[in-house]
Amino acid sequence: MIKPPPGSRGEVGLFVTCLVDLMRPSIAFAALKLIEAAGYTPVVPDTQTCCGQPGHNAGDARSARALAQKLIAEFERFPCIVAPSGSCAGMIRAHYPHLFDDDEGWRARAEALAAKTFELTQFLADVAGVTEVPGDFVGAVTYHDSCAGLRELGVKRQPRALLDRMPGVEQRPLNECEECCGFGGLFSVKYPDISGAIAQRKCDNIRASGAGTVALGDLGCMMNIEGRLRRNGDEGTQVIHIAELLAGRLDPD
Amino acid sequence: MHFVSRVRQRLDDTELQRNLQRTRGRNAAARLASLASLDDFDAVRERATEIRASVLRDLDVWLERFEAEATRRGATVLWARDGDEACRLVIDIARRHDVKTVVKAKSMVSEEAGLNAALEAAGIRPVETDLGEYILQINDNEPPSHIIMPVIHKSKEQVSELFARVHGTAAKTDIVELTREAREKLRPEFLGAEMGISGGNFLIAETGSVAIVTNEGNGRMCTTMPRVHVALTGIEKVIPTLDDLATLLRILPRSATGQAISNYVSLLTGPKHEGDADGPEHMYFVLVDGGRADLIGGDFEPMLRCIRCGACMNHCPVYQTIGGHSYGWVYPGPMGSVLTPLYQGLEKAKDLPQAATLCNQCGVVCPVSIPLPDLMRKLREKQVDAGLRPWSERLSMRLWAWVAQRPKLYARGVRFAVRYLRWLADGRDRIQAMGVAPGWTAERDFPAPAAQSFRDQYAARQRRAGR
Repeated sequence: MIKPPPGSRGEVGLFVTCLVDLMRPSIAFAALKLIEAAGYTPVVPDTQTCCGQPGHNAGDARSARALAQKLIAEFERFPCIVAPSGSCAGMIRAHYPHLFDDDEGWRARAEALAAKTFELTQFLADVAGVTEVPGDFVGAVTYHDSCAGLRELGVKRQPRALLDRMPGVEQRPLNECEECCGFGGLFSVKYPDISGAIAQRKCDNIRASGAGTVALGDLGCMMNIEGRLRRNGDEGTQVIHIAELLAGRLDPD
Repeated sequence: MHFVSRVRQRLDDTELQRNLQRTRGRNAAARLASLASLDDFDAVRERATEIRASVLRDLDVWLERFEAEATRRGATVLWARDGDEACRLVIDIARRHDVKTVVKAKSMVSEEAGLNAALEAAGIRPVETDLGEYILQINDNEPPSHIIMPVIHKSKEQVSELFARVHGTAAKTDIVELTREAREKLRPEFLGAEMGISGGNFLIAETGSVAIVTNEGNGRMCTTMPRVHVALTGIEKVIPTLDDLATLLRILPRSATGQAISNYVSLLTGPKHEGDADGPEHMYFVLVDGGRADLIGGDFEPMLRCIRCGACMNHCPVYQTIGGHSYGWVYPGPMGSVLTPLYQGLEKAKDLPQAATLCNQCGVVCPVSIPLPDLMRKLREKQVDAGLRPWSERLSMRLWAWVAQRPKLYARGVRFAVRYLRWLADGRDRIQAMGVAPGWTAERDFPAPAAQSFRDQYAARQRRAGR
């Protein structure tokens, strides 16, 4: 194991998540910047792929277990694992141990990993105790609590507390902020009618908040909400990942 | 009709949508407000969970105890393997006591069994006396859309129109007046019926009693005025003691309607005893299995803890969008999405465990901590094992996992996906029609990905930094 450079508070394994890797790399770069700014040394294992949640939710337990074992092996050496997603961090924290209910060895490893895995804002606020964030956004922001982060990890106060550290941000309440946006992974594709109707309600609430920007911590929900807004012809409302908002401008290199 | 078609119909029904939106969130808000009057909700919830879980560990023992105590107090306990047998038993009782008319308090198990239709076929007239159930019955036996607010999908205007048509009275829009009209219709039925049928919220083993939680008082009249009372409920409803009842009563009405206590809580023990002012001459219990016993000891045993409060559906984004009738059987919402495939057969309800976002609002509010999303996932697993999912879905999951276990191959796949999606976007920042996921673009745009994946950008950056 490579020792963290002197002055570092320690290594943090960044689980980028498959969706961020494919769709919006800037979220991962923002997470790297925030972890560094908090005094830690982020490490990105280059063999990482997917946490196995799609299989887990589709009833394919074998696939879920295989990918969980892969991720555990890749990340268990870190004192701390961070993901810019409540849903993927929730998969590791809340679901991994149960994937191995009948395999004591793997269960112990899954539990050990679960105990040190955090969603990004949870890590920044609760573990790192961050009091300053680099972002310099100016404007009104409302926050949507994505389901897994909120109900599997208890992420609620952390993103708001971090936004409070940004003097330019005026936080606006979001009606029904704890209600699902209708994404639900493959649900959004299997039951588009229902998913679209639920997303519509979320979009209506976001617009009613009066904030021009909605921040949230999960790319899946972001794509669902943003996609619905744009389909409705709303080109103005900005949908932004909390990491990008907190990190502010990203250096080109 | 297929689930997806039922849903489409409900989403296009502007009147239903208006009704759903009007009541949306109301019970959830009332529940939240009522929890404030419990000094420690989590502790009560934990206790309630443990009571229900411990009963299920020794269900046979508690049922035998219940039967012994109920019998000792003069009631007759009958067991029904399924809904059909329950109907036969009830009809036998009715015939034995020369019953022409039955007044019914709300019972979801009677809906499971299709009891009203069976009674009618046997020449016995059932009269629903719960206001909501009464409205549904006179509307050509429409099924309920919610387990405790069966008519939540209707507006008062719709009820007004129905009453005017069926009762032949002038249309009223005032809810108090509408209710009075129903009471006037029901009063003679209470007085004339020879038999009353109730459900049962709990069966108390130590006293052989049935507890009934209601708000309208009809339950009391159904169980005390007619000569015969039949309590029809599921075998899982038994709890050990009156103390346990007290705990569960602290959490049931709060979870259901946000009431600290319901308007009526009836505890019925045996038929009328000497010196009693009222009560039935004969009391029967018909306790229905209907698939419950099969769940004991398996992955789905926690589902039997359910106390039928309806909090899961009151908090469900899907239920509140599509309404209860979309679910196709007696039980809607998350609890229905678990129970229907278990009681009716996996292949009869293939969509229900799938048509959920797994947002876990239901699991969080459940007063007996049933992990509803986990149970839906388990059902999805069973569907896969039983070959009930499309081969294309199973194959794509396997393929995804196979590739994701091979980082080099996966990286190439990501590169290909980026190129493909950007080709679809055709220079724009979004994709509006996507052949691989038409469901997505039917309802929303799909963003174009960045020009390079994170892994490629990061690797390039590391190389430049000489790392």
